[in-house]
Order: sequence, then C-alpha cells, then structure tokens
Amino acid sequence: MHIPRKEEEIVKRTISRNDDFRVLQHNIKRPEGIDKVTGKAIYIDDLQTENHLYGKTIRSTVAHGILKNIHFKDGIPWDEFVIVTAKDIPGKNVVTLIEDDQPYLCEREIMHKAEPLALIAHEDKHLVEKALNYVEVEVEELPAIFSIEDSQQNKVTLQQSNLTNEFHVGLKEISEDVWTECDQIIEGTYETGAQEQLYIETQGIIGQVDFDGDAIKKVSVWGSMQCPFYIVKALMPLFDVEETQVRVVQTETGGGFGGKEEYPNILSGHAALLSWKAGGRPVRMIYDRQEDLWATTKRHPSKITIKTGFKSDGTLHAMDIDLNLNAGGYITLTPLVLSRALLHCWGPYRCANTSANARAWLTNSIPFGAFRGFGTPQAVFAMELHINKCAAELNIDPAELRRKNLLQYGDTMPTGQVMDEKIDLDFLLDRSLEKSDYVNRRQQIEQFNQSQKSSGGLKRRGIGLCMNFHGGTFAGSGETHMNSHVAMTLDAKGHVDILAGQVEYGQGTITTFVQIASEVLGIPVEWISKHQPDTDVVPDSGPTVASRTTIVVGKMVERCSQALLKKLSEVGLNKDYTANEFQQAAQAYHNKHNELLYVKVKFEAPPDQLEWNEETYEGAAYAAYTWKCDILEVEVDLVDYSAKCDKFISVVECGRVLNPIIAAGQIEGGNAQALGFGLYEDTVLQEGGMANNQYTNYIIPTTADIPEMDIEFIEFPYLDYGPYAAKGIGELPIDAPAAAVAAAVAHAMGNHFICDIPILPEKIMVVAEQAEGI
Amino acid sequence: MTTQETIKQTFNFSVNGQPQTVHSYPMKRLLDVIREDLTLTGTKEGCGEGECGACTVFMDGLLILSCMTPICQVQGLDITTIEGLADSTGLHPIQDAFYEEGGAQCGICTPGMIMAAAHYLEHPDSAENMGEALAGNQCRCTGYTRIFASVEKAFEAVGKPLPE
Ligand code: FES
Ligand code: FES
Repeated sequence: MHIPRKEEEIVKRTISRNDDFRVLQHNIKRPEGIDKVTGKAIYIDDLQTENHLYGKTIRSTVAHGILKNIHFKDGIPWDEFVIVTAKDIPGKNVVTLIEDDQPYLCEREIMHKAEPLALIAHEDKHLVEKALNYVEVEVEELPAIFSIEDSQQNKVTLQQSNLTNEFHVGLKEISEDVWTECDQIIEGTYETGAQEQLYIETQGIIGQVDFDGDAIKKVSVWGSMQCPFYIVKALMPLFDVEETQVRVVQTETGGGFGGKEEYPNILSGHAALLSWKAGGRPVRMIYDRQEDLWATTKRHPSKITIKTGFKSDGTLHAMDIDLNLNAGGYITLTPLVLSRALLHCWGPYRCANTSANARAWLTNSIPFGAFRGFGTPQAVFAMELHINKCAAELNIDPAELRRKNLLQYGDTMPTGQVMDEKIDLDFLLDRSLEKSDYVNRRQQIEQFNQSQKSSGGLKRRGIGLCMNFHGGTFAGSGETHMNSHVAMTLDAKGHVDILAGQVEYGQGTITTFVQIASEVLGIPVEWISKHQPDTDVVPDSGPTVASRTTIVVGKMVERCSQALLKKLSEVGLNKDYTANEFQQAAQAYHNKHNELLYVKVKFEAPPDQLEWNEETYEGAAYAAYTWKCDILEVEVDLVDYSAKCDKFISVVECGRVLNPIIAAGQIEGGNAQALGFGLYEDTVLQEGGMANNQYTNYIIPTTADIPEMDIEFIEFPYLDYGPYAAKGIGELPIDAPAAAVAAAVAHAMGNHFICDIPILPEKIMVVAEQAEGI
Repeated sequence: MTTQETIKQTFNFSVNGQPQTVHSYPMKRLLDVIREDLTLTGTKEGCGEGECGACTVFMDGLLILSCMTPICQVQGLDITTIEGLADSTGLHPIQDAFYEEGGAQCGICTPGMIMAAAHYLEHPDSAENMGEALAGNQCRCTGYTRIFASVEKAFEAVGKPLPE
C-alpha cells in the first residue's frame, strides 16, 4: 500500500482561505436567502394574475399510433372552453431544439405515451380537470418498441432510422494483436435507469399574448426555467413573430437539475397558445405532480459494455467501450447528451489503446432529456464500477488498481487532448484514502463480515471508492458558437446591477456573480444585485447548464466589472479608490452623461484555446476539468435486503472555491441525488410511460437515508480560464457515487457485482439467495 | 366527492394571529385556502399527496400537512404559516440559521422544512433524533447536510442541547 504524503505537504496543497480576497472564498450569504427563509420568494404558482384561465393538456395513452380524432363528449359546457389543436397553430408546429422532429401538439403520428394532443382552458380550475375525463381520443395503434435492444434489432423502424446519432473516439477498433498483448481481459455490461429529476417545484408557466388589433403584439411567458433564451427561440417560429415580440421572465425556480432546461419550451408554447386562442387572457399551466412525472423528461437509460485488457502488473492496456442510450420518442437534446457521455466514458485513466463508440436509439418511450451530468453519470457509473469489478477479478485493491493507471499531467486522452492542467490525481487519491481511513476500514469491514458469517449474523458491510472527472463548459467550440453577453448598469448612487440570462435555481448563481463583481469593483456586496432574468432587459448569456455558469459567465462578469471601472476612470476614478470614491465617481458619471452607465462584454475564447474537431471528435473536448474522489460505506441488511450508506467522504478539485458553503452544498446535494440514482430511484416504465407517476411511489433519499457528508476541497495549480481560477461544480458530484455505492454493495456481498441500478432490495435478495458464501 | 359538488360553508379560524373568515367548500384543502383565499403563498405544494412536506404548517402548535387537511377540520383553530414565524424582533432562530448556514438552496422545500425544524427546536423530545424529526420533509437540492448544520446552529443559538 502506498504511504500517504506527509501532513505538511497535504496542508500546503489543501485549499485554505486566502486573506488576499476581500469577498471571494468567504461565505457570503445568498442575496435572495432572506426571501427564501421567510416564504416571500415568488415562484411561478405564487405569481398572482387576474382574469386568468387554467390550462390543461390532453395526452396520448398509447405509445405509438395514428391520431384519428379527438371527441369532446357531452356533460361539459365545451362552448365555455378554449380549445387548441395542432391545426390552430399560427406558425410552425415544431419545438425548436436540435432536430425539427417534435411537435407542440401531435398532428398525426403519436410517438410516445403522454404526448400532447390538444389543449383546453377554462376559468374554473376544477371544471377543467373534470373535463379531461370527457375527452375521447381515437387512435389507430401501431406496433411499438421500448428497449435499446428492440430498437437496435429494428423490431420497428421509427422515423428514417432508429439510430439517432453515433459518435466515435479513439482507435477504430482494438486489434487482435493488442488484445494478445494483454495478460487478462475483463468484460462487463452496465445498465442505468430513467432517473427522474424530481425538483420539488413542478413545472409551471403562465403565458399571455398581447394583440395589436388582430395581430400579435407580444408573446410573454413567466415561469420556472433554466434557459429563458431557449424559450424565446422556441416561441418565435411557433407564432411567426420577431425576437422583440417575445418576452420570457424567469420566476424563482424551485430546482431544475436539467429537467427545466428544454421541457419549458413545450410548456411555454402550450400556455401561450391557449392565451392567444383566448384573445390574450393569461393562462396558468402549473403541472400537478402526477402530470409532471407522467409527461416530462428523465435521464436517458443506458446500456454500456466495456472490455478492458490488463498487463500482469495491473497496467491498463486496452479499453473498448460500447455506449448506448435510449433516446425515447423524440430526439430533444439526445445528441449532446450522447456526446457528453462519450467524452467522459474512459475515466481518469491512461490507456495506450482506447476505442469508444456511442449510439443513441429511438424508442416509443417518453423522450429522455437533460438531467444534471447530461450523460456523464451513465458513462461514469459503467467505467467506475467496471474498474472495481476488474480489481476484484485481478485481486488488487481498487485504490491500488486506480493508482497504477491514473491520468498524469502531460498524458494524452483518447481524443488526443493533452492534459495540460497540472493535475495530481495521486494526491487526490491519497487525501481521500487518508480522510476515510480507507486501509483500516477495509480491513475492519472484512473482519466484520467474516465474524457475521461465522456467527450467522445478518449484516454485511462494504466500502466503495470511485474517481472521476467532469468537463466544464460546452464541449469543443460550443462556447464560441454561443456568442454570450453579460452587461451591467451603474446608477448615480453607486448601485450595480448585473444583467445576464443565467438563472438561479438553488445552485448559487446570484451569490457567485455578486461576489465576483464585488471583488473586482471593491464595493460591498450589498451594493450589487443581479437582475431577474427577463429577456426584454438582460442579454443572452447562454443557457444555465453544463457547469458553465461560474467558469464561462462568471468570467464575463469579471471582465464586465473591469470594463465598468474603465468607464469610471474617465470621470477620474483613480487606482486605489475607496468605496466612497467609487460612489462619487458614479455620481460624477451621471452628472456628466445624465444616464445610467451601461457596459456590456461578449464571450472571448482564451487566445491559446485548443482546437476541437467536431467531425472527427479529436482535440480539446473541454477547456477545463474538475476532479473528485468518493469513498463511502454501506451496510446491507440480509433480512430486508436493504442497503444503506452510512459514511461518505468526497475530496474535490474544482479550482478556487469562491463560496465554501455554496460549493459544499452543491457537492452534498449532487452526492445525495447520486445515491438515489444508485440505490432507490426507480422509474417504472410500462410501454414507455412512467407507471409509478406519484410522488409516493418514486423514492428519493430522505434525511433518514443520507449520512452527513464530509467534503474537502483541494486545489491543483492555477488554471487561467475561469474567474479567479474557479471552475464549475454543478455536475461533478452526481457522476460517481452511484458506482461507489454499487462497489460497496459488491464488497459487502463477497464481490458479487450488481451491474444495473438502482440496486433495489429485490436485486440484493437474488444475489444473496443464489450466490455462494455470502 | 369533489370539492365542487357540495355547498359552501363559513369557517372561522386564525392564521398567524389574525382572525379569518372563509366561505368555502368544506373539503377544500387548507393549503389552497391559505394560498388562494388568503394569498399567503409561502406555504408550498410539492406533491399534494402528503409525502414531501413542502406544505407543512402548525395547527394549534401541531405540525400538519396542509395538503391533507380539509378546511372543515380547521374550524376554530390557530394556524401558523412560514409568514408568521418571524416576529417584529426579527427572524426566528431557525430561519436565521438556514440563512447563515446555507440550509436553503432553491428554497422550495424551505418553508415546510423550517416549520418542521422550528417544531423540533420547540419540542426536541418529539423525535428520536434530528434525522427522524425532519424525515417527513424532503429536499432535492441540499443532500440535507447543510440543513442539519442549520438546525444544529439554531439549537446552539437558543442555548438548547441538541439531542443525540
Ligand atoms: S404538498 Fe403536502 S406533503 Fe407534499
Ligand atoms: S432547497 Fe431545493 S428542494 Fe430543498
């Protein structure tokens, strides 16, 4: 076993509060925090409207078929209702995203259960709910497919081809020669389920259309969302209007986790269509929990096969990865999810020969979509559990097998990207082993299991370890294509308002931006606000996704603050100014120009940014990577076959930590969702629709299931990309703990690996009953 | 029976110390009365099934789920919502601790969670431990660690020992 480094060295490398910063690295409180703890924060369903209607969606109950007719049956005063079907749509009936395959309302071919067919609205909330039972949909059913296997075997061909996308990285294939150079070859197949985001605030939008005579003057929506400008782009063709005729306002958003990235496009379209048909009355469409679970996207189910070859000393020599995602009935964001899964599937390891293939398959399941991690948790689950399985088969400690193969500074990844960050993954591993007392705990656990076995005890314990990386920002040249902007205003009193389309949905966007601006501007955080995302006021700074908010948009906030100071230097603000002098300069600027000071900056790629080739999938996939090691313990109960995680440490490298409480909160929250992904969260798909679409029947971790987590941040040397050397952190935590918990369960069960998650008690029971020596 | 198909009745009760009279169907959920009739929107709906705890309020000092409570059961009783927790002297110690310790992220579970935590602070004997006291309130953002830290801090602030 490797001897951990000396304590001084660890302390030196471990991030400490740097007193050079006035605001950064301090636990600045959330500016919106008081409103949140007092119940004053306004979420979409809290927004009061007058003269409104309540909108509801008529949905398909079949998975595949031809829509023949919709009958509105007697017993409901239908003449009082506003009804919208596909033929009413004034513009293009296509949800703008990547492919033009998904309609707002089905015209002919139904592709999945829950597909929207028509919309109804009425001012009586109860009547509109009741009315749904008086609608009969006539459908000619077609044969349907639901699994990756059925789609691969072309049991039914959907659209032109079931294969929506295919990407490849590394060697075309691994030659027989390479496999013969390996001393041991180990193969495994890993599967993950359709995890539900389960934000506690359901999806909701209020839409309102204003008219100028008969013509549409403005289409406005308010709601719970991650990407206001996606919605602008979606509403323009739907109503055939200009960008200036669409206004999207984000209200306080009660969690998103990716689930409010693309779905609000559809819901916004529906609410606005109803309002348009109703002559401009506001229409409230707030899903109840059942509808939210039934209709909205979930994580893409995956099936990943990995074949690895090792040298006798444990060196990883060849890796062949075959990654498949179930796309569901429409493509939504699948190509991007698939790409991200592919670009993370080889893990933080060096390997001389890698070949990785990724494919996504259409089925008649509900469309799968964005969920925190965006394909990465599926890929990391497979690779990390596989490494643990290999360690068991090679009879090497999983920590030591990793140490043998960890990626080093200067190594080349399968994309050809050279790791030019001064990473030190050995240190990350050492620190984690020490913090968790891994070596001793592993021994103690094995002794415990022995004594349980010999005494007929019904408890088993296991310890699991995983490591992973996460690429921040959009892959490749995505950021340059985005063309994001950030602006700021300064009033005469010295108050700064940050204008950006980034939204706060719990992850700390507001606080982070205010901290960065405060640090650059040298003024108190209380003098700075971040404007509510309102597309009439804020510039498009790109979507709030992909761990890009801090690293990309935060950097633009830093540059915008510098631009603002430059403007103030024109009115005599000198170098070492006080906050008071800043205020005086603000006043002086206003006296001189008689207007609000407004500055705006645009995204600039760092000059030395490496190339990415979208065709060949070669080059620098991501501008920056974050790193993590999780070590956790589980106790398996052989009476009820439950597994419970009761110890959990994470060591994280995410550059400079701008706000320790917010950063730790992101890691803890991501870890908890990942434990849910691994152990509890089971979306039961029946003919591709969520059969257990009730909150009661979808189990997420509660206080009783989650141990207190111990999170530590370390910092690899300076990376000059994000603001003050910070990187993004939103997705990193959700990638690996599901594999760590599966590895711990396997350790508890005498190295019998359960390779499909969630690991429900019935799966543990099967292993316990069938396997020898548990 | 839907809430609609009965006759409206008059209910008298108090909310955050204010007497209220509401004319409503007897089976209307207390949650809807609070949010719609009284426009106190701090109390949230996360599930409508009695599972998530977002709609937690006090009824005569007891913790209840307002989505599971018809208004006819509230006749003559005192309701406290998140809006009534802070008093003129400032935030309730639990609110203060959630603000300080990062107990609220997206904030949608927070009102209900704070009500449950405030109840636990008042009655530490009501549960085996903190985890159990809050087990009826789910949070998808925090992973609970910061919520535990907030509750610990509030106990410290009021000088009560936190039960082990
Ligand atoms: S809304 Fe009442 S428990 Fe969820
Ligand atoms: S803070 Fe978002 S659900 Fe708890």
